[in-house]
Amino acid sequence: MKFIAILLLAVLLCSCGPGTRSAVVVAGSTSVQPYAEVLAEEYAKRYPGRDVDIQGGGSSAGIRAAQSGTADIGMSSRGLSGDELQMWSAEIARDGLAMIVHPNNALDSLTPEEVRAVYTGRVTNWGELGGPEGRIHVITREEGSGTRGAFEDMLMEGQMITLKAIVQNTNGSVRQLVSNDASSIGFISLGLVDDTVKALQLDGVEATGENVTNGSYMLFRPFIFVSEGEPDGSVMQFIEFTMSPEGQAILAGEGLVSSGEVARR
Amino acid sequence: MKNGFKDKLSERVFLALALSSISAIALITVFIVIQGAPIIGKVGLRDFIFGMTWAPSQGKFGIFPMIIGSLSVTLGAVVLGVPVGICGAVFLAEFAPAAVRNLFRPAIQLLAGIPSVVYGFWGLIFIVPFIRDNLGGPGLSILAGSIVLAIMILPTIITISEVQILALPRQYKEGALALGMTHWQAIYSVQLPAAKSGIVAAVVLGIGRAMGETMAVIMVLGNAPGIPTSILDPVRTLTTNIGIEMGYAAGDHRQALFATGIVLFVIIMILNITAQFITRKK
Repeated sequence: MKFIAILLLAVLLCSCGPGTRSAVVVAGSTSVQPYAEVLAEEYAKRYPGRDVDIQGGGSSAGIRAAQSGTADIGMSSRGLSGDELQMWSAEIARDGLAMIVHPNNALDSLTPEEVRAVYTGRVTNWGELGGPEGRIHVITREEGSGTRGAFEDMLMEGQMITLKAIVQNTNGSVRQLVSNDASSIGFISLGLVDDTVKALQLDGVEATGENVTNGSYMLFRPFIFVSEGEPDGSVMQFIEFTMSPEGQAILAGEGLVSSGEVARR
Repeated sequence: MKNGFKDKLSERVFLALALSSISAIALITVFIVIQGAPIIGKVGLRDFIFGMTWAPSQGKFGIFPMIIGSLSVTLGAVVLGVPVGICGAVFLAEFAPAAVRNLFRPAIQLLAGIPSVVYGFWGLIFIVPFIRDNLGGPGLSILAGSIVLAIMILPTIITISEVQILALPRQYKEGALALGMTHWQAIYSVQLPAAKSGIVAAVVLGIGRAMGETMAVIMVLGNAPGIPTSILDPVRTLTTNIGIEMGYAAGDHRQALFATGIVLFVIIMILNITAQFITRKK
């Protein structure tokens, strides 16, 4: 009995304290979420007492939360449209997507149309793309994955990825498969490309961070912070930290690419 | 007085523990049904089960390819695993010298104790490249899944079948031998038929294990939600459908994964009831 009483007291004590102080609430895209969490962690480490609370929910839900004031900052991994453009926004980084093939693959470049033909299943042989004959092993991500969503938005133009495509549920397993299978093609975050796979050029443009920043490589999505009206106080402090060289270095370390906007500031 | 109290208390404690394990099953069942039933109502049971297209982002929830996937991979595992398993059981029960038996039994039990992710990883590193290089296709395939599952169901089949053969009355074998049968004839025409129901139950339990396996097959099947045309094609099972997409699923998509769970649950229940029915019948 005594033990339970002590336990209850302990729980009560814990639930008061720092937790009840208002933290900056950031909500939205599950693609941005892991990066925002790293930022928030570093931010709290550098400025003890300044808490940032990161939540998921998806881009649209995050933007709505920011409009309604439920969240201080909304995270979006897609471009803004319609009345969203009226909101205050900052592009914190860009997430590039690389089409990857086996290092021994003869092809170096594909056009977006060719990638689309492969992923819809219209083209099933490397020969049709100018390579040596052989079936193409198409690898995609699972339904609901942000990376798949980005790929569909940027390249598929509303067409469905073939049901015959192999499905993997992490960037890492896509890369692992492609590095082992000479006939395969897949897509992963640009930051995760290493020398076990070859990143294809798109329309002859190399998949590099610089080409994402200057906009010549088309396969990227913006990571955007939005807020209803100009942010101030603790909210602005977190955004400023994100945009600072320090914050940008953290994001670059996680594989993201700086957006041109930051460079211009 | 004190002992009587202790007795009562321990009885209560055991009752409570037993109830908690049963209530866990009840809770899980209720939860899955509550989560999954709405989407089945929305899509329609027929379209859900016989729909050919799984594209949650476009509102298409047909799990027929996954049902085909589960059946084909399980069938493959049975074809590869059951003969090996039954032969192994016969060997252990009838032929193996004590020393060999004492080595084999723990080894087979160890096989049952290996985590499924290890089987999957092994399949991905050895089986998949072997199939890709020697038979063609992407390697991630029905065949790869069947091989991995065949090995995984071996302990179930061997252990239960062996127990069934050993449990036969001695007179069966002795009578058969006394009639002039050879050892093999006695096994083939007397002992195996006599142990049939137990062996069939072992196979059904093995099928249940194969149907329910998730992690190992996620890694070697390729998970493509299309209807396969060859055993070298990638395929998706009911379990991997849940396992691979649960990470980011929300709304209808999430419900559809739970509904996949309901279908799987029903299939496994039918299998278990069948196994119990078979063993009880004798």
